[in-house]
Amino acid sequence: MSQVPLTHILFVSTALFFIGMYGLFTRRNMITMLMSVELILNSVNINFVAFNRYLYPGKLDGVFFSLFIVAIAAAEAAVAIAIIINLYRNFHSIDVEAADEMKF
Amino acid sequence: MSASAVVFYILAAGILVSAVLAVTSRKIFRSAIWLLFSLTGIAGLYFWLQMEFVAAVQIVVYVGGIVVLIIFSIFLTQQSGKDLPVPVRGRAVLSALVVGAGFVLTYLMMMRYSFRPAGSRVAVASVGNIGAQLLSTSEHGYVLPFEVISILLLAAMIGCIVIAMKTKPENK
Repeated sequence: MSQVPLTHILFVSTALFFIGMYGLFTRRNMITMLMSVELILNSVNINFVAFNRYLYPGKLDGVFFSLFIVAIAAAEAAVAIAIIINLYRNFHSIDVEAADEMKF
Repeated sequence: MSASAVVFYILAAGILVSAVLAVTSRKIFRSAIWLLFSLTGIAGLYFWLQMEFVAAVQIVVYVGGIVVLIIFSIFLTQQSGKDLPVPVRGRAVLSALVVGAGFVLTYLMMMRYSFRPAGSRVAVASVGNIGAQLLSTSEHGYVLPFEVISILLLAAMIGCIVIAMKTKPENK
């Protein structure tokens, strides 16, 4: 593990974050946008765990932060999918362009 | 290059390639499966970092929970075999440019900062240590966030049921 510098792990997490951002910008389907959000949350988790392992190996705080992020991501995904299913019932589409009833 | 480094680079390439395919694939179901591969690769990265508990949580919650939930909702809301629309070319090019610029900027900033690794001290991330500190009420304990997040999960569960509940028709 010590042969790989920390910046290479940060490269992976940064690339993952911006891949998620690209998906969030280009996709118009709500489920695929939710997938992009999951990628972004995962990149943050990689950062926390890698910093904990490389810089503070005697502590556990990064582990706890990533565990709490995982729990919040699970709650967020469940609520988002409930909203998506409700939207599908009302609009028969989960495209974000279709749900423009409140647009001014 | 040692075997450990080779394993890391293979994992990293797998994570990034499947993440790119997950956000660009035309078929939504394939996109979900690529997301599954990417999340599994991240769990492998945690194993490689010797954080076994986080890797187990990643597999149980993400691969076993969230991706399955996403696949179920695809089945509920999507006509099978229909491709997703191609993104508008201008928007795709513009967002690729913005994302590329952001990535280069962030990575350059990161390269300029010299991280000082703490050497190869023994890691303490055993499951016993994690559990003891997570539920400890002393100064560095995490019992308050633990309780708060359990309330949050309960609230999210009730909220999901309320949001997704079918409303009864009024004339019945």
